[in-house]
Amino acid sequence: MTDWINSIVQGVLLGGYYALIACGLAFMFQVMRIINLAHGSLAVLAGFAIWSIAGHFGISPFLALLVVLPGMAAVGWLLQRGVLERSARAGLLVPLLATFGLAIVIDNVLFEGYGADTRSLAPFIDTLAYDSWAIGNIYIGQLSVLIFAVAVAMLGSLSLFLSKTHLGRAIRATAEDPDTVGLIGINARKVNVFATMIAMLTVAIAGMFLGMRATFMPYSGGAQLVFAFEATVIGGSGSLWGTLIGGIILGVAQTVGAQINPQGFLIAGHLVFLIVLVARVSMPFPSWPMLFSWLRRQPS
Amino acid sequence: MSDILAVEQLDVRHGLLQAVRGVSFSVTKGEIVAFVGANGAGKTTLFRTIAGAHRPTGGRILFEGSDVTALPDYRRVQQGIALVPEGRRLFMQMSVRENLQLAGEVGRPGRWDVKAVLEVFPNLAARINAKAGNLSGGEQQATAIGRALMTNPEVLLLDEISLGLSPAAVGRVYESLKALMETGTTILLVEQDLNRALSVAHRVICMLEGNIAAEGPVEEMTRERIMDAYFGLHRAAGAGA
Repeated sequence: MTDWINSIVQGVLLGGYYALIACGLAFMFQVMRIINLAHGSLAVLAGFAIWSIAGHFGISPFLALLVVLPGMAAVGWLLQRGVLERSARAGLLVPLLATFGLAIVIDNVLFEGYGADTRSLAPFIDTLAYDSWAIGNIYIGQLSVLIFAVAVAMLGSLSLFLSKTHLGRAIRATAEDPDTVGLIGINARKVNVFATMIAMLTVAIAGMFLGMRATFMPYSGGAQLVFAFEATVIGGSGSLWGTLIGGIILGVAQTVGAQINPQGFLIAGHLVFLIVLVARVSMPFPSWPMLFSWLRRQPS
Repeated sequence: MSDILAVEQLDVRHGLLQAVRGVSFSVTKGEIVAFVGANGAGKTTLFRTIAGAHRPTGGRILFEGSDVTALPDYRRVQQGIALVPEGRRLFMQMSVRENLQLAGEVGRPGRWDVKAVLEVFPNLAARINAKAGNLSGGEQQATAIGRALMTNPEVLLLDEISLGLSPAAVGRVYESLKALMETGTTILLVEQDLNRALSVAHRVICMLEGNIAAEGPVEEMTRERIMDAYFGLHRAAGAGA
């Protein structure tokens, strides 16, 4: 029994990481209806940038992140102005192809620069990489809890930002009707640039935690994209808090799958993703906030 | 009085279709001009072009003497031109307050704020935190007009504000408009209900197939003259003569 509880707890915590990596992907999809296929590669790029700065200056990856964040914001500006804005004019499919191409370019540039060796940020964070709290026979990794807490804090901050600030409201309005925002004085182009920059800030944070919890190499982006995409779809394609739920469902599916069969980790996650995808396509499937609101209204 | 808005030889195309053909007119400050005409006459295209949502293929638009033809829509709002689009186009997932605030935050400074809008549309006060998508048609229209007012416009373009509303709701919206008209805001409105248009406007412009078929002060524009222009009968009569 303890093994099963342990699997679920580890799955929930793993879901925090998936929510973190999916956050930027969901945000861009929600605002611009663009699926950024370079998302995973950009997270790996941020991971390498943090690894390089932390290694070169001998500083904590958290400090290196502070240096990388403005750089990733600049990457977001370039990505929106140079790739997404131009390709979006040609229809829905072209941004998909353009970001797919960009992912290949990023992967190969990283391969040229860093080679095929795997890297990790774990050596820079001392015992945080493996310290844990023991509750009975269940061990809860401190890094996993930190990642989960950061994911919740990031999604909460983004939700507050979207509802309480002018730029947040402008982003929501642009997401809902990009043709009308101009008629009330909002420059939709500029709003989309800010949205992409914000998404890249979340990607930088996800890239740092990717490097802390696992090893990474130039071609690790594809797998990260798949996990982010699966969490986004399970969570309701663009809903921020839904992304956390999607991440948790994916994480729990993987750890429970591994509990059933050591090789079932990835398969179980993909299977749950496929079931949710088919359900969403073939029948009216409420968003997670709608579902919770409906459950709250039911008499106890 | 000086012209606040002048449209000169404006041409607008939708692909192969020419929706507006060499339209010229001017509007003085504080004037209320009603645009009437059958569906497809080019009224909505003309309004959207003045607001910057469409690019004209020819001609120019002057606002307070400056050529604004090349300015994008959001810059024209900042200059003082606001459009209440056909179909209202509210941000349905956002509350009434958020819809109003959003426009107020980017618009020009001036007399309009949420409180002033609620004075003109008191029925919105109780619904201020409701999602725009949950409002009745009349409340949505009031929010759409309020949202445009929050930008503190010099020229307000109202496109088919009675479309899809019950007669009672239309009555309430027009009652509120009277208070708005007393503020001296220049208003251009597209209206299918001729009686409504004539009851509030100083001048009427009748459009037919992208052209101005007739125009003049309300007192000079008899119902018959407007209907002749509306259906193109003046042209047929001219050809017959």
